[in-house]
Amino acid sequence: MDRSEKFALTLGIFFLIILFGAVLYAKSQSGVDLPGCVTDVEPYSEGKVDTLDDNRFQIQYVARMWLFMPMEVKLPVGSEVDIYVVSHDVVHGLQIVGTDVNLMAVPGAIAYKKYKFDKPGVYYVRCHEYCGVGHQNMEAKIIVE
Amino acid sequence: MEVKVSAGFKKMILATLLFPTMLLILGLYHGVLQAYYRGGWIHDTSFWGLEYYQGLTLHGVINAIVFTTMVIVGFGHALIAYFLKKEPNLKVAWLSFWLMTIGVLMAAWAILAGKATVLYTFYAPLKAHTLFYLGATLLIIGSWVAFFSWIPVLRQWRKENPGKPVPLAVIGIFSTFIVWFVATLGVAAEVLIYLLPWSVGIMEEVDVPMTRLLFWFFGHPLVYFWLLPAYIMYYVFMPKLAGGKLYSEDAARLVFLLFIVFSIPVGVHHQFTEPGLSQTTKLLHSMITFAVAIPSLITAFTLAASLEYAGRQRGSTSLLGWMFKQPFFDKNNWFFAYLIVGLIIFIIGGFTGVVNASYNVNLVVHNTAWIPGHFHMTVGAPVALALMAIVLYLYAQLTGKEIKLKWLNLSVPYLWALGLLFMSTAMMYNGVVNGEPRRTNLGLTYLNPDNPLFKPEWVPYANSVLIGGTLLGTAAIIYFVVLFATMFSKATREGGVISFPVAETVHGFSGAKWLDSFRPWIIILIILIIAAYGLAIYDVINSTYGTSPGYSPVSPVPIK
Repeated sequence: MDRSEKFALTLGIFFLIILFGAVLYAKSQSGVDLPGCVTDVEPYSEGKVDTLDDNRFQIQYVARMWLFMPMEVKLPVGSEVDIYVVSHDVVHGLQIVGTDVNLMAVPGAIAYKKYKFDKPGVYYVRCHEYCGVGHQNMEAKIIVE
Repeated sequence: MEVKVSAGFKKMILATLLFPTMLLILGLYHGVLQAYYRGGWIHDTSFWGLEYYQGLTLHGVINAIVFTTMVIVGFGHALIAYFLKKEPNLKVAWLSFWLMTIGVLMAAWAILAGKATVLYTFYAPLKAHTLFYLGATLLIIGSWVAFFSWIPVLRQWRKENPGKPVPLAVIGIFSTFIVWFVATLGVAAEVLIYLLPWSVGIMEEVDVPMTRLLFWFFGHPLVYFWLLPAYIMYYVFMPKLAGGKLYSEDAARLVFLLFIVFSIPVGVHHQFTEPGLSQTTKLLHSMITFAVAIPSLITAFTLAASLEYAGRQRGSTSLLGWMFKQPFFDKNNWFFAYLIVGLIIFIIGGFTGVVNASYNVNLVVHNTAWIPGHFHMTVGAPVALALMAIVLYLYAQLTGKEIKLKWLNLSVPYLWALGLLFMSTAMMYNGVVNGEPRRTNLGLTYLNPDNPLFKPEWVPYANSVLIGGTLLGTAAIIYFVVLFATMFSKATREGGVISFPVAETVHGFSGAKWLDSFRPWIIILIILIIAAYGLAIYDVINSTYGTSPGYSPVSPVPIK
């Protein structure tokens, strides 16, 4: 390898390390993390919202062909929400648009993500995984006011 | 240098290249139609008898699996015959062709009959017709058979040429097929252990998280299987076509060999948002995916240096002037245009890929339209253009015909790139900002003004997709017009030869043993797979429950 080649390679690796460092920083310092394994929750089949506290809630979503249950959830501004999703039938997706809640609903596993709704407004809860002919109809709402 | 090939070998390569290329017409047709659904022109479940998701399956299977696999096999045969000066066993090569062809016909029937609308990613517990799974299996086995026919040729070549380094292009195509062989073991396991027994009724239910893990074991290295043949053309042919030399052969070899190591233990980065896999596993796969960016960064340097050398040969003296001193618009050098345009688009495709790989950043892009925006700038540009070019190139050589309508042919890569820029950038932007989902018939709801889910703020991006899809469709039509015009013309010279534009090197091969052997790299690969997938399998077994019955895409009630 000649000098310019070594230099380019070092620069490239340095650039990747910076990027990966940023990823790790966001993970550890800002708590922006991916969903992991959930083993402490019983599999459920009913969609529901539980109030845990004044501003703490738990939404258990069930994704099925071709709707989410619950379809509409109202929450106060500043709510901290534990969001779970399971699938009733095939693979679905659940993205809350404009947030970092982005989960797959896979039959046989429970997906989980925590999110704090600081801004009022209508949040779309959208299925983003192909789940059959009605896929494009699968949108629910969270109204934060 | 020209290598003469036997009549049988010529026929076999032409069949392997042309059959998938004809099918590509169907795949591209529904590509354009998808742009019209997603752009909000078609507000219907189907168009001319082809349902949206059925067409989406067709588009994915034909463009990304059938066209790529078969053309890469055909290209591989040609590379082996040219660089090792010996044809692989013709009977075995034909067996490979027929296995692939029969497999493709089975799967195509299942898709066109509407019995396999499950997308190319299989998506259990959606259940497809047995022939769909069987067809996919035969296609893969057929491609293995071709690879197996090359191994004895290389062995013999090594014996007959002691001390001589294996030619770079052969290192490239073997790396491609080592990645392919190991990766397809995952999908073979998925199909043979789970999907086939389940679809014929031996098994009632299927373990969905495990099938997904096995699919993505294959699903990501698949993209390197597409990309590496394009890299072979970039490294071996492009410097020569540009009028220069390859900057460093050591770097090129290292790149191919690094892909063997890093292509496979990264599949979980397609599953970052899934339950059943721990954050540790996901972080490990994210890290290895970053490592796979290293060979592409080396490529960026080596290819740029090679092109700079060519530019300076053509008289450029300024710092960056060489960039413009390339034969972009030489109609006789159309092969260069196809390659360079794809390569330039790949700069965006590569960087957006790093975004996808970036662990938590993936949360804002996963399954949004960003993803197809991204991969149309990888498989949809550098790979598609390189493979379309090699079909045309080898066809003309083997038949002894002259390429017709040269100016039109030259316009293909440029129109293609323009279309992609309109389509992909709009999809990427609207995907990230407004959460436009991928794999969705937007024309029915989100982009249908009569539907309560209509999103008016998406319309400008939808329009951009319409323009992009139309331009891409136009480029595709021109490509096929050129191909057919060439096919229906008379041969101008004797065919049956292969000659590749092989670049000399500025810095030749140093002779390092570890850059001339696959074995050490395969060993590292196996260790990495055991670590990365051992962890993943442990997660899936420990944190998932139950199995699922099969579903048809049209009904929420399980199939009895």
